[in-house]
Amino acid sequence: MTMPTPGDARSTAPLARFNPVAALGACLVLAAAALAARDAVTEALLLVPVAGGVLLARVGPRALARRGWPVLLGALSVFLSNALLAPGPGLAVADAAPLVLRVVVIALPGLLVATTVDPTDLADALVQRLHAPARFAYGTLAALRLMPLLAAEWRALGLARRARGVDAGRNPVAALRLFAGQAFALFVAAVRRAARLATAMDARGFDTAGPRTIARAQPFGRRDALLLGATLLLAVAATATSVALGTWEPVLG
Amino acid sequence: MSLTIPHGGPLRPLDAAVGVVLGAVTLLLVLAYDQPRSAAIGGALVVAVGAGLVTRGVRASRSAAPWRTVDIVVAAVLSVACGVVFWAWAYLWDAVKPAFVAFPPGQALIYGMWFLPAALVPLIVRRPGAAVFAELVAATVEWMLFSQFGPAVIVYGLVQGLLAECAFAATGYRRWTLGVALAAGALAGAGAAPLDWVYSYPLWSVAWKLAYLGIVVVSGALLTGLLSWYAVRALAPTGALSAFAAGRERELV
Amino acid sequence: MAAEPGRPRPVAVEARGWGWRHAGRRAWALRGVDLRVAPGERVLVLGPSGAGKSTLLTALAGVLDPAAAEEQEGELLLDGVAARAARGRAGLLLQDPQSQLVMARSGDDVAFGLENTAVPADRIWPRVDAALETVGFPYGRDRATAALSGGEAQRLALAGVVAMAPGLLLLDEPTANLDPEGADVVLAGVRRVLDASGPTLLVVEHRVAPWLPLVDRVVVLAPGGGVVADGPPSRVLTGSVGTALAADGVWVPGREPAPPPRTPPPPGAALLEAADVTHRHAKGAPPRPYGVSLTLHAGEAVSVTGRNGAGKTTLSLALGGLLRPTGGTVTATAALGPDRRPLWRWRAAALAARVGTVFQQPERQFLTGRARDEVALGPRRAGVPEQEALARADELLERLGLGRLARANPHTLSGGEQRRLSVATTLAAAPAVLVLDEPTFGQDARTWAELVALLRGLLDAGTAVCAVTHDRAFVDALAGRELRLP
Repeated sequence: MTMPTPGDARSTAPLARFNPVAALGACLVLAAAALAARDAVTEALLLVPVAGGVLLARVGPRALARRGWPVLLGALSVFLSNALLAPGPGLAVADAAPLVLRVVVIALPGLLVATTVDPTDLADALVQRLHAPARFAYGTLAALRLMPLLAAEWRALGLARRARGVDAGRNPVAALRLFAGQAFALFVAAVRRAARLATAMDARGFDTAGPRTIARAQPFGRRDALLLGATLLLAVAATATSVALGTWEPVLG
Repeated sequence: MSLTIPHGGPLRPLDAAVGVVLGAVTLLLVLAYDQPRSAAIGGALVVAVGAGLVTRGVRASRSAAPWRTVDIVVAAVLSVACGVVFWAWAYLWDAVKPAFVAFPPGQALIYGMWFLPAALVPLIVRRPGAAVFAELVAATVEWMLFSQFGPAVIVYGLVQGLLAECAFAATGYRRWTLGVALAAGALAGAGAAPLDWVYSYPLWSVAWKLAYLGIVVVSGALLTGLLSWYAVRALAPTGALSAFAAGRERELV
Repeated sequence: MAAEPGRPRPVAVEARGWGWRHAGRRAWALRGVDLRVAPGERVLVLGPSGAGKSTLLTALAGVLDPAAAEEQEGELLLDGVAARAARGRAGLLLQDPQSQLVMARSGDDVAFGLENTAVPADRIWPRVDAALETVGFPYGRDRATAALSGGEAQRLALAGVVAMAPGLLLLDEPTANLDPEGADVVLAGVRRVLDASGPTLLVVEHRVAPWLPLVDRVVVLAPGGGVVADGPPSRVLTGSVGTALAADGVWVPGREPAPPPRTPPPPGAALLEAADVTHRHAKGAPPRPYGVSLTLHAGEAVSVTGRNGAGKTTLSLALGGLLRPTGGTVTATAALGPDRRPLWRWRAAALAARVGTVFQQPERQFLTGRARDEVALGPRRAGVPEQEALARADELLERLGLGRLARANPHTLSGGEQRRLSVATTLAAAPAVLVLDEPTFGQDARTWAELVALLRGLLDAGTAVCAVTHDRAFVDALAGRELRLP
C-alpha cells in the first residue's frame, strides 16, 4: 500500500481551473445538505450535483473506481454498522440504505477536489479570499512539502531496524512495540527537520512583521460564483423536492 | 487531580457571565430531554465552571507571546505526520470492525489515536490555539490523502481541536501537565462521539450511543493524553525540542 | 526594504567580544569573538566540530532566537547595525537542501523570500527569473522541487537567497550533504553569484580545497573561544596552524590523512553470493542496478562506485538482506550460515549476527536512549549474558573513542560521533560481512582516518567489507576490489 502524495502535478481537469475556495465551498454545501437529512429521496437527488462534479473532474469510470474505493469502503462500513449491527429484530437494510448514499454524497466530491486541487493554489486562495493567516497557511504548506520525505524516512527507519536485528515476526505485541519505536523515531526526525526549515524560512524573512505580497493571484471570478451558486441551488432544490414529496426526514428529530 | 482553580489571572465578570449563561443553557437542554434533575444540575455546574475558566484563559491568551516560525512549522509538520498516521489508522479501524460484531461501540477503544495532535502539539509548542491548528492541519492532510470520510473530517478536526483547546485554555495556558493532557484527549473524544452519532450511527439505541461516548472519551484520554505526555517526555532527551520550553526543562549538559 | 536586484551594496561585518551559550548547555558555543570583515571580502571560516561556526553564521543572519540562549554577550554588527535588526541584508544557505526548500514548484520557492519582504507582485517574477539565471538553474519555474537532485536543489535554494539581493552571503557547509558531482554544481552556482554581484562572503566548510579559489581570507575559530588564526589562505593553512587544523579534522590541502599503503592478503572463503541482482523501483522504471553478480570473500574489501542513480544504495540494501530485489538473488554460503533461503527472507536477528549494515544517516539506526545500551542491544538480543553484553559494549565504545559518552543520548552526539557509534552497534553483533553506505560522507578528516584504520583492522581479522562510496581516497585506502556500476 503506497501513500498517495497530493500536489505532484497540476491537474488539467476543468474542476482544477476553479478557485479552490469555490470548489471546497461547493463540497461543504453538499455535505451540509446531505447531513441535514436521512432519507433516501433527498440523498438520491443530491447525487445530481455530485454527478456534475464527476463530469467536471473529468475522471473515467476506471479512474473513478481506482480513486473512489475508499468512499465505497466508508459506505460499506456505515452500512454494516447500522444495518447488520443495529439492535432489534431483523436487518435494517431499508433504514441503512440512505446512510450509504449520504456517505457517497459527502465523501466523493471531497475526493474529486482533493485529487484536482493543488495545495499551493489552495493556500493562496485561502489567504487571498478567506483572509486565512498567511504565516499559518504557508507554514503548513511547507510542512506538506516534507510529507514525501517523511514517508521515505519511515521506510528507511524500518530497514534500519531490521539491520539492527530487530523484527516482530508473528508476535503482535512485538509488532506494536516496533511500530511505536519507529513512529517515535519519525517524530524525532520530523521535529529536527521542521526546526531547520523554520530557520531557513526566517532567514528569508518569513517572520518579518508587516505586509506580505503574494506572487500568484487567485481571483474569485464569475465562474467560481456560478459553481457555488449552482451547487447551492441544486442542494436546496433536492431538499425542497423531498419536502414537497413528504419524504424528507431531518436527522435530528 | 486537585480541585484548586489553576492560576490563570483574575476572574472577571465576563468569565462568570459566560459560565452562568452556558450552565443555564445546559440545565434547560438536559431537562428538556427528560433526564433526571440531579444530572441536569451536575452537568450545568461542570459546564458553568469550565466555560468560565476557558473564557478567562482565552482572554489571557491575547497577551501571550505570539507564535514564532519554529512553533508554526514544527506544529504543522507534526500534524502532517499525524495525518499520515490517521490515514493508516482509518484502514485499521475498518479491519478490526468484525472483532466487535457482538458489541459495535467497543470498537471505539482504538478511536483515541485520532486526537493525538490535539494534545501532542500543544504540549510541545505551548501556544494558544495549538490544539485547533494541529487538528485542522491533520484533518486537511487526511482529506487530501483521499480519506473515506471526505471533507467531513475537517469538521471533525475543528470540533475535536476546539474542545481539546478548552482544556489548555482553562489553565490560562500556564499548565502543561499530564492531567491537562488527559483532559484534552477526553474532551476531544466528547466532541467526536456526537458527530459520529449523526454521521455514522444514527440507528443505534441511546444506550449504545452513550456507551460509545464513554469509550471514546476514555480512549481519547489514554491514546491521546497519556501517549502525548510520554512522547514529549521521551523527545526532550533527544535534543529535538531544544527550541522549546518543553525541551529545556532538564539539567544542563 | 526591497532593494532592486543587480548589485546590492556589500556589507561590512563586525563582531565585538561576541559569545553565545545555548540553552541547556554548560559550555559556551563561542566566546570572545572579535572579527572585522570589510565589504566584499570573501572569508572561509574553519574550526573543529563544535567550534560554533554554524551558530555564528545563523546569528549573523539574524535568525538565532535570543530565547534559545542561556547567555549571550558582546555585539554582532552588519554595517554598524545589530545583526537581528539588520535582517534582510544577509542571506543564509544551509547544509541540507531538502530542509530549506519551502514550496512545491521551483519558481514559487524563489519567490517566497520576495513575498515575505512585500515586493510588489508584478516585480517578483522578473527578479525570480534573474536569480535563476544568476545561479545557472537549468530548468523552468514550474519544475517540481521534489524532482531535483541534491546539487540542483541546493542551487535552487541559493537562487532563493540571491533573489533577495543580500549584501552578505552566508554559506553553512553548503556541499557537505552532496556527492562530488553535486558539490561542483553548487560551487559553480556560488562562483556565478560572486561574479554577478560581489557580496561579502562568509563560508563554513570542512573540505577546504574546492573553496580556496573563491576566498581571499581564512578565519579559524576555537571551540568555546574566539578567533585563533586569521589571514590569507597561503599563510593560515601552512605552518603550525595548518597542522593543528588538520589534527582537528579539517581537510587542509596537502595535509589530508594518508594511511600507509596496504597490500590486501589473499581472500578467504566465499561468504556472500549475489547473482544477477536487478531492481526496478516502479513498474516501467529502468532497472537500477541491473544484473550485478558479486561474491564477497572473508577478509576482502569491495568498493561499489558509480554515478548518482546507478543503484549503488539499492545494491547495498540487497547485499545487506534488507531489500528483496525484483530480479536475481543474494544468498549466504555454508561458511556464513546454514540458512539457504535468500538473504531478504532471514529473520532479523540471524541476519544482524552475520551481515551488518551501516546506513548513510547513522541516527536512523538508533533504538535506545543511551550510547551504551545502543551497543549492548545486539548482544542482548542474541542472548549474550547481561554482564558480558555490557563488557563488550564498553570495550567497543572505548576502542572507538566514545568511552566518555557511554551515558549520552545517541541523538545528541555530533555527526562524527554518531557515525562511530553506528559502526560500533553493528560490530557488537560480530558480523562476518559488513556493508556500508557512504561511510565517509560529510565526515571530517579525523573521523575519516579513524574509520579507515578500523575497517582495515576488521579486514585483517577476516571480515568481508563492502562499501558504497563516492570517495576516491577511501577506495584507495581500503585497497580492495572496485565494482563500478554503469
